[in-house]
Amino acid sequence: MKNILVIAGKEIRDGIRNRWILATALLLGGLSLGLAFLGSAPVGEVGASRLAVTVVSLASLMILLGPLIALMLSFDAIVGDVERGTLLLLLSYPLSRGQLILGKFAGHVSIFSAAVVMGYGVAALAITLSGEEIASGEWAAFLGLAGSSIMLGAAFISMGYLVSVLVKERATAAGIAIGLWLLFALLYDMVLLGILVADKGATLKPDLFNVLLLINPADAFRLFNLSGLDSIGTLSGMAALAGHADFSPWTALSALLAWVIAPLGLTGMLFRRKEI
Amino acid sequence: MADTIKLSHVSKSYAGRPVVMDVSLSLPEGYLMALVGHNGAGKSTLIKLMLGLTRPTEGEIGILGQDPLSPGGMEARSNTGFLPENVVFEGALSGREVMTFFARIKGEPVAKSLELFDLVGLSHAVDMKVKTYSKGMRQRLGLAQAFLGEPRLLLLDEPTSGLDSAAQIQFYNIVKMLKERGASILISSHALTELEAQADLIAMMNSGHLMACASIGELREIAGLPSMLRLSVRDGKTSEVAERLKKCGAPTKINGTHVEIAISPDDKMTTLKKVGQLGKEVLDVDVYSPSLDMLYTAFCQRRENGR
Repeated sequence: MKNILVIAGKEIRDGIRNRWILATALLLGGLSLGLAFLGSAPVGEVGASRLAVTVVSLASLMILLGPLIALMLSFDAIVGDVERGTLLLLLSYPLSRGQLILGKFAGHVSIFSAAVVMGYGVAALAITLSGEEIASGEWAAFLGLAGSSIMLGAAFISMGYLVSVLVKERATAAGIAIGLWLLFALLYDMVLLGILVADKGATLKPDLFNVLLLINPADAFRLFNLSGLDSIGTLSGMAALAGHADFSPWTALSALLAWVIAPLGLTGMLFRRKEI
Repeated sequence: MADTIKLSHVSKSYAGRPVVMDVSLSLPEGYLMALVGHNGAGKSTLIKLMLGLTRPTEGEIGILGQDPLSPGGMEARSNTGFLPENVVFEGALSGREVMTFFARIKGEPVAKSLELFDLVGLSHAVDMKVKTYSKGMRQRLGLAQAFLGEPRLLLLDEPTSGLDSAAQIQFYNIVKMLKERGASILISSHALTELEAQADLIAMMNSGHLMACASIGELREIAGLPSMLRLSVRDGKTSEVAERLKKCGAPTKINGTHVEIAISPDDKMTTLKKVGQLGKEVLDVDVYSPSLDMLYTAFCQRRENGR
């Protein structure tokens, strides 16, 4: 346990030193602020509160940015250390490979969380200060968003490690990471919607469609945030689709959790067998 | 006495290409072993195997009584110091940060670990970023981390590369000190001569095989290489001296004042006695035993011929 904390602490200090935390927090904070105030303009007098609208906008933002930030944090976690030659020395220490992976994971998730909390916090603070009345359910949705954003990040950090342990060169890992981001954040939904439109639901029954959504961690995240909570579901375009879904937000959350655990476990297994 | 390193019939191949073949050796506690061989002879792989960084294809490895790949290997590693060949540290960290990090993983008091900077002569650079270090300074930092926690076993892969001769002497002084405190040490190097005086045992590797593992005296005996006797004689007396020493071998005149004879190990003393009888014609005598380089070459040739 102590070793895990030492490694995590080092990753966090690295994140502070190379301004990763600062940069991502500024990026998320700036965009969140923008969405909080500009994003509610088109809603006009629909009656949705500013926070509810912001949650929807932030969720869409997070689907694009979260995986990218997470993958950039994690893709060279192992292959980078191998390539620089620092891993050889580190593993000669009384430190198990499992501890090293878990320590890095704890550190990277902390970095990601700090960025999310700071970024979203700015938006929440601004909305509170604007004096608008906010229902407690909306705060719950906001906290749910923050929590699930961190899980989304953790899932992609974990995926980044898997890439990092599988490839031999850092550049390859970077390429695959970008590919994964494109696939899960952009292409997957496009293809799915394309099929849905093309065959008018003949083969893609709602049940299958829901399962396919759960398979993509970004969509699981979207389902949890957009359809899981009533007042927000009506605001989202996905509500019509996900409305058919007869699973609870917890199913979506479990799918997300599986995406955190499975790649991480696989990485641990492969890393243990890896020859340095 | 317990062996700190014990390899029995260890082989390792990468993707079918053998790198280490059937190596058996043991390092008794408190000994210094030099692992010598050309680049690519399998020295680094052997050290990686000892650290459990790679898995042997065949054979068994015991380090401080533990299999490095077993859970007990963790305990062995906390009593082991390792300096990799071409050691690399993260450049953005200062020397202090590097040492603090490694000390924490090894469970050593941080304050004590910083004293090692004095030991390796880096105290002026504690707070400098590692990327500003010269190669020699990085090597010293590498040594400092290897000495963390007074390890019972030191595995040093090419430790003196990049060190100037003053730093090399300093390095060997530290090694001597640690050895006096009871540490067992394995030094791998292709710079053979500098190890000669230091090592209790010399293990010679050549393309994955262990050719020999013995003390330098024993190696000289096995190789049977002649020593070189070099006499300084009075001006103009070289021919006379060479004539009188003919029985002992084939003396050659080097120049007006020097004569050399190659003598086999068995004849060394008798020849020296003869030289003594030459009286004041001889001004000085130097005996050159075959160097480690010559021994290594001889063992390589033997192996070639043996095939």
